[in-house]
Amino acid sequence: MTLLENIWIVPVLPLVSWVLITFFNRRLGERAATLGTATVLGSFVLSVAAFVALVRHGAPVSSGGLWLSFGSVELSMGFTVDSLAAIMLLVVTVVSSAVHIYSMGYMHGDRRYQRFYGTLGLFTSAMLLLVLADNFLLLLIAWEIMGLCSYLLIGHWFEEAWPRMASMKAFMTTRVGDVAMMIGIWLLFSQTGTFNIVETTQAVAGGQISLAVTTVGALLLFGGAIGKSAQFPLHVWLPDAMAGPTPVSALIHAATMVAAGVYLVARSYGIFLGAPDALLTVATIGGFTALFAATIATVQTDMKKILAYSTISQLGYMMLGLGVGGFVAGTFHLVTHAFFKALLFLTAGSVSHAAGTLEVHKLGGLAKKMKVTFWTFMVGGLALAGIPPLAGFWSKDEILLETFVTGHPVLFWMAILTAFLTAYYMTRLACLVFFGPPRDKHVYEHAHESPRSMTGPLVALGVLAVVAGLPASPLMGKWLVKFLDFGQTLPGLMTGGGAGAGATGAEGAVAAVGHTLAATGAPGGGIVLPIALGAAFLGILIGYAVYGTRQIRRESLIRAFRPVYLLLKNKYYIDEIYLAVFVRPAVRLAELCGLFDNKVIDGAVNGVGSATVAVSAAAGEFDNTVVDGAVNGVASGTMATGQRLRRAHTGLVQSYMVAIYAGAGVSLAVLLWFLFAR
Amino acid sequence: MINPSYAVILGVLLFSVGLYGALRSTNAVRILMCIELMLNAVNLVFVAFSRLRPEAMIAGQVFAIFIMAVAAAEAAVGLAIILQIVRQRGVVYMDKINLLKG
Amino acid sequence: MSGFPFLTLVVFAPLLGTLALLMFPKARVESIRWAAAIFSAVPLVLTLVMWVLWGRTPAGAFGMKFAESFSWIPSLGISYSLGTDGISFPLVVLTALMTFVAVVAGWKMIATKERAFFALLLLLETGMMGVFLSLDYILFYVFWEIVLVPMYFLIGIWGGPRREYAALKFFIYTLVGSVIMLIGILALYFLSGTGTFNIMEIAQAAGSIPVAAGRWIFVALFLGFAVKVPVFPFHTWLPDAHVEAPTPISVVLAAVLLKMGTYGFFRVSYPTLPGAAKYFAVAIAALGLINIIYGALTAMAQKDLKKLVAYSSISHMGFVLLGLAAGTQLALSGALFMNISHGLISGMLFLLVGAVYDRTHTRDIAKLSGVYVTLPVIATILAFSLFANLGLPGLAGFVAEFFVLAGTFPVSVLWVALAALGMLVVAGFNLWVMQRVLMGEAKKEYAGLPDATRLEIFTYAPVVALIIALGVAPGLLMRFLNGPALELVQRLGGM
Repeated sequence: MTLLENIWIVPVLPLVSWVLITFFNRRLGERAATLGTATVLGSFVLSVAAFVALVRHGAPVSSGGLWLSFGSVELSMGFTVDSLAAIMLLVVTVVSSAVHIYSMGYMHGDRRYQRFYGTLGLFTSAMLLLVLADNFLLLLIAWEIMGLCSYLLIGHWFEEAWPRMASMKAFMTTRVGDVAMMIGIWLLFSQTGTFNIVETTQAVAGGQISLAVTTVGALLLFGGAIGKSAQFPLHVWLPDAMAGPTPVSALIHAATMVAAGVYLVARSYGIFLGAPDALLTVATIGGFTALFAATIATVQTDMKKILAYSTISQLGYMMLGLGVGGFVAGTFHLVTHAFFKALLFLTAGSVSHAAGTLEVHKLGGLAKKMKVTFWTFMVGGLALAGIPPLAGFWSKDEILLETFVTGHPVLFWMAILTAFLTAYYMTRLACLVFFGPPRDKHVYEHAHESPRSMTGPLVALGVLAVVAGLPASPLMGKWLVKFLDFGQTLPGLMTGGGAGAGATGAEGAVAAVGHTLAATGAPGGGIVLPIALGAAFLGILIGYAVYGTRQIRRESLIRAFRPVYLLLKNKYYIDEIYLAVFVRPAVRLAELCGLFDNKVIDGAVNGVGSATVAVSAAAGEFDNTVVDGAVNGVASGTMATGQRLRRAHTGLVQSYMVAIYAGAGVSLAVLLWFLFAR
Repeated sequence: MINPSYAVILGVLLFSVGLYGALRSTNAVRILMCIELMLNAVNLVFVAFSRLRPEAMIAGQVFAIFIMAVAAAEAAVGLAIILQIVRQRGVVYMDKINLLKG
Repeated sequence: MSGFPFLTLVVFAPLLGTLALLMFPKARVESIRWAAAIFSAVPLVLTLVMWVLWGRTPAGAFGMKFAESFSWIPSLGISYSLGTDGISFPLVVLTALMTFVAVVAGWKMIATKERAFFALLLLLETGMMGVFLSLDYILFYVFWEIVLVPMYFLIGIWGGPRREYAALKFFIYTLVGSVIMLIGILALYFLSGTGTFNIMEIAQAAGSIPVAAGRWIFVALFLGFAVKVPVFPFHTWLPDAHVEAPTPISVVLAAVLLKMGTYGFFRVSYPTLPGAAKYFAVAIAALGLINIIYGALTAMAQKDLKKLVAYSSISHMGFVLLGLAAGTQLALSGALFMNISHGLISGMLFLLVGAVYDRTHTRDIAKLSGVYVTLPVIATILAFSLFANLGLPGLAGFVAEFFVLAGTFPVSVLWVALAALGMLVVAGFNLWVMQRVLMGEAKKEYAGLPDATRLEIFTYAPVVALIIALGVAPGLLMRFLNGPALELVQRLGGM
């Protein structure tokens, strides 16, 4: 209880490590890793305790208080621990701990070792904060700080061009989604006056917001999720994000941050339920992205890029699950995927650590040299392909079942096709990297098994990739499904839905909940399992036939599907399109603005200035010739007169006196004449 | 009782002598003296007319006394100025002092 | 305690410093620096004391605290009145802080005519404080003009190669603006018929001004303030002034001087002429949006680091205009918040760009690369500031932008959408500059340059701390802003 009320301590622990590492960077040295790992492990232990406490308590616990007030508007900030958050806490801390430990070996001797661990700590803290946030504002803050960490970590080796470009691309692309999300938050805020997620959900369920606004708001929120979870059309950043160190790819770009978009949809699921069209959009984009990314993954030749496209594809799966109303299915896949995809990335790191390259055509036959890596990779790969009884099977099956039962045949077959492709490209990857003859002698001889600090986390995650699905399986009575039960996750919605009966939002919500519950024991669902398994095994078979036994020649396949191959190889030319449509015009526009400012506006200002100077020069000329001319004319006239008159001034007193007396005489004469002559 | 007109004629004569001297001479002191002469000639005429016209009371006499006082002051200032000019320029002849020549 | 003349001291302590500095012998540079620091610390300490006393101080007439008033020219109704409320007080604290920071930043950086430099800087502080604290139009105008003079010399003497051009441009621009503003002030005086120059009293009585005349006056005042903000298209003095000005002056210019313009809107234009303000709301929003987007795009095109930061200032001031145009409680609070957050962030950016320039002797973005490797501490703080500049949540800039747009949303979705587009461009140029300057291969010629000194860290620390603190706990500042914002909303609504 007390832990659940003081849950802030979980995200604060890694934050402390970040602060300490930032301030005592040099003094800490290699000990930064120990510090970071210790704090994350601390968070992990606390998360386990919180999970247990929550199971015992049986109801969500909120904590927090007033953050900011605007007179009438009061904004609170706080944390909520519910079943979804508790599970996510576990996922994040587990993967983060694994990555922290793994990085001790992987990043050993790096130039910016401390910075790496510091940023990792900040990231973990932000992700935990996001999971616990009970309002959109705090969620957004954590969301963006994660983006910052992602940026810093992708650009960890910024001396090289690729990470430099990739980091910026990642931040900018996700920022596009973030802006949409912010607008969505403002829209909902303008309707409800609160950022609190539960309150907003209640407002939706209570019918206080019109259906149109709810739909637009939900879609805008989903815009953020598209950016963060690398859904089409904002998926372009994720493959490039592989420029970062591999542990980062495992933590941020496979298990946690990219799943934040899915988490956002799950967290605000009540809003989406109030807007069936938005939910359908989520499902469509998810389903399309899943297939779309899977097709690209089949032709990539960089191990990490294959996994990256696979991640995009799987995130699409989760969106599909959520979109068709399978709240539990989507979030459950998020959990299992976090484990096996992190595992796969870490094995890729192990391979690159050993072989020095991730180019699949240079690898081969590593199974003999790297036993642990090989076996853990196989576990992760099979889990991803959806082979029972591994974790991926249970969650994937749940999504397919939901899609089928809720009546989305197109999406269902797209998902099945994706499952087939997934199995195919994973087989291809396994064959190229671990089986067959070594393709590059030098690389092969150089290869060796990674140190303990790296294989340890691999084994741990491998175990999780096996067992993580069990709590939701019939073997354990679908315990997790009940735990994640929608009603408990969003307790306000059920009561709110009852209160606002008749409103469209509430009806949608109730209907969707009905679907969710129906899916667990729906009739007709029985054929889903065989179809899914069949697709997966078919994928493995064909993959093995092409890359394992080589009964089907790869070259002839390429020749047969050359246009398709080129299209896929170039990732549907989306990067090029964006470059031509958005990036270059933006830069061009900026240059134009710069020129405009410099030439036109400043030109006008300087023009006004020089016009003033010119006018004043003209005025000066006028002044000199005309006005001054007149003045000078008067003056010279005066002078000329003076020149004449000066002769009268002899300087002799007597001559003046003569003048005076002559004048007096004349005056006298005139006076007398006036007096007497008339 | 002398006929006042004699006094007037004497005054005119004295004035003419003074005027001639003032215009003709170049020595500043002499000019000053001539001006004094002219002033006193006028005084004489004033007194004579005063006697000729008793209805004007003694206005002529009073004017004469005024002029004497003013003349004394004028003489003092004029002499002082001349003294300064002599000191500065070393000459007392007015035709040598032509600073005001245009 | 109420009788203590806090505000007079805050305004005139720096002036006293100017006079005191002039008594020092020129050669005693060290004592001059210390004296300047001490005299600029006085207002800082005083404002901090006022901060502590704020809650306990009763508000006087018009909600003014610490008010002082003496009759000056009674026949014309001019008085010496000072007072502060939630609009001006945060700006006063900002001014005190940033001037102090500028003095410390100029400690080593200014190596010629130190005495004159610090004396002028302190005179500048008196002018700025006076503008923010005056409650009388004439006093306000006098201080407004006082600011010009030291600024002109500070740019013109200690500036870069084109300093004379920049200083003159600055001077002419702002002088023209302030003359137009003076006409507006005089029109207010005569038309309001109050027989006083008191800002607050005229605002109370301004209802009697005819509507058409009120609009003209609003435009006149707007032009005067717009030059200072600066609002497109009156902005071109700013990049030039920034590029040429020495670092401490750039800091003060960006952090405080621009706020004089927006302060004018909040103190004069909007409360006095709410009707005209509503009438012109769309135009002001349009100008604000142009500022945001155009400023950001132009910033992206810059090759000079300092010019880039200058244009980014223009972009950010657009948010203040937008908030004013929206006129809702949230938007106005956000705009007031933006005043402070931008003051801190842009000041910080100029400090850091100056620090980089001091070492590498270039501000050309193309010539810089891998600064993170060469100068790790400075580069880290620069990256921090750039992220604050792009509005990273958790830092001060985000709070301002977020609430301006949250408050604008009910007024116009289109404005918000366009501003959001601007935010993208802002993010773009900030990231791009990081990519080009901070990242990349370290340049050989800059190897072995000394990283941040203790003195520099000392100047950065309070600003960085405030940027974080205001981002995490905006309530620290918001509690000052809410009241005035609410009052403005009521005035705008009442017309």
